[in-house]
Amino acid sequence: MAWIKAFGRYLPERVVGNAELEAITGVDPGWIVKASGIEERRFAGGDETVADLAVRAAEDCLGTAGMAPSELGMLIVASGSAERQFPGPAASVAHRLGLGTTPALDLPVASAGSLIGMALASRLAEAQGPVLVIGAEIMSRVVLRPPIHRDTAILFGDGAGACLIGPDSGGARILDSVLFTDGSFADSLRLDFNRPLAMDGRTVILQAARKIPRAIEEVLKRNGWSVQQAQVFVLHQANLNLIVKVAQALRVSETKFCSTVRRHGNTSSASMLIAAAEWWREGRIEPGLPIVFSAFGAGFHWGALVAVAAAG
Amino acid sequence: MERRARILEIIRSISRQEVNPGPDESLFESGIVDSFALPEMVSALEREFSITIPDSDLIPRKFETLERIESYIEGRT
Repeated sequence: MAWIKAFGRYLPERVVGNAELEAITGVDPGWIVKASGIEERRFAGGDETVADLAVRAAEDCLGTAGMAPSELGMLIVASGSAERQFPGPAASVAHRLGLGTTPALDLPVASAGSLIGMALASRLAEAQGPVLVIGAEIMSRVVLRPPIHRDTAILFGDGAGACLIGPDSGGARILDSVLFTDGSFADSLRLDFNRPLAMDGRTVILQAARKIPRAIEEVLKRNGWSVQQAQVFVLHQANLNLIVKVAQALRVSETKFCSTVRRHGNTSSASMLIAAAEWWREGRIEPGLPIVFSAFGAGFHWGALVAVAAAG
Repeated sequence: MERRARILEIIRSISRQEVNPGPDESLFESGIVDSFALPEMVSALEREFSITIPDSDLIPRKFETLERIESYIEGRT
């Protein structure tokens, strides 16, 4: 398989607390915390684009890895909130990074997009060379576009995360991944053209609370690891209450789960990589033990990926 | 204990309230079972009635009222 070489992230400067959202949505700030764990999120500036956020996260990730953009063999950009139907942001990001004619693919998959990108990159790296996976979202423009739906407006934030996956060496070796799709729930979470985000929250939570733990158990078990042996779980940061449910379902301490949702809200496909970048930088990686990534979102698409931290 | 009483016990245990919802009262709209208690309630129903609820049946409206839950359990046992 392949190796994780580095993570990176970018968060816009503007911090939006729950009190500011109360003025728009009428939702009590304390209720937002109770229902989601979210206290604040970042909103992109009026002139920032999804590609802008993606480039900043890419630069952060490549800088951490000490790798020049010219060394990349492929770029994958996941986003469910890109400004135009086509081309997606990948081509612009590649151009801005100076990648010349290096292939750059869009994954128009919200929430689970960066996990799918990592899984694809782990299989493509040997043939393509280093693959940079980015999840970048400006969800504030989606959920604050009138008519505003209070149930979704309170949840989302903007940001970008990145992960560099190479064929030879790195901080963690990717062992395996599992990906799934169930299109019978395609209408349960969707963004139609020029329409508000439609989310059947109860269905999303009911399905995610079962599918995420099952995917994690499957990918660990088939690689000879138990859930309890994992050192950390880096999930899509949809909602703190959902992360707690997953921890309970797996019978694992919540302290093993990265949580950035309090400060960043749900940044859709960017969230898992932002959380990973923050955890990676803490430097608490334990060699030899599994690192588990998992995400679930619109489609429904979901899955899990396991990597093992390298020695030393 | 009859089936409905067993379901009611689960709802009370999950909601941590001595509730007594009507047969077709929405457990969601009344605030008895919130979005994050719903997965817990479904798992408790599986254990109590020794059934496996497939993912395709994990649709909130099937578990929205006492009557619907009872009807669903009846069809699975």
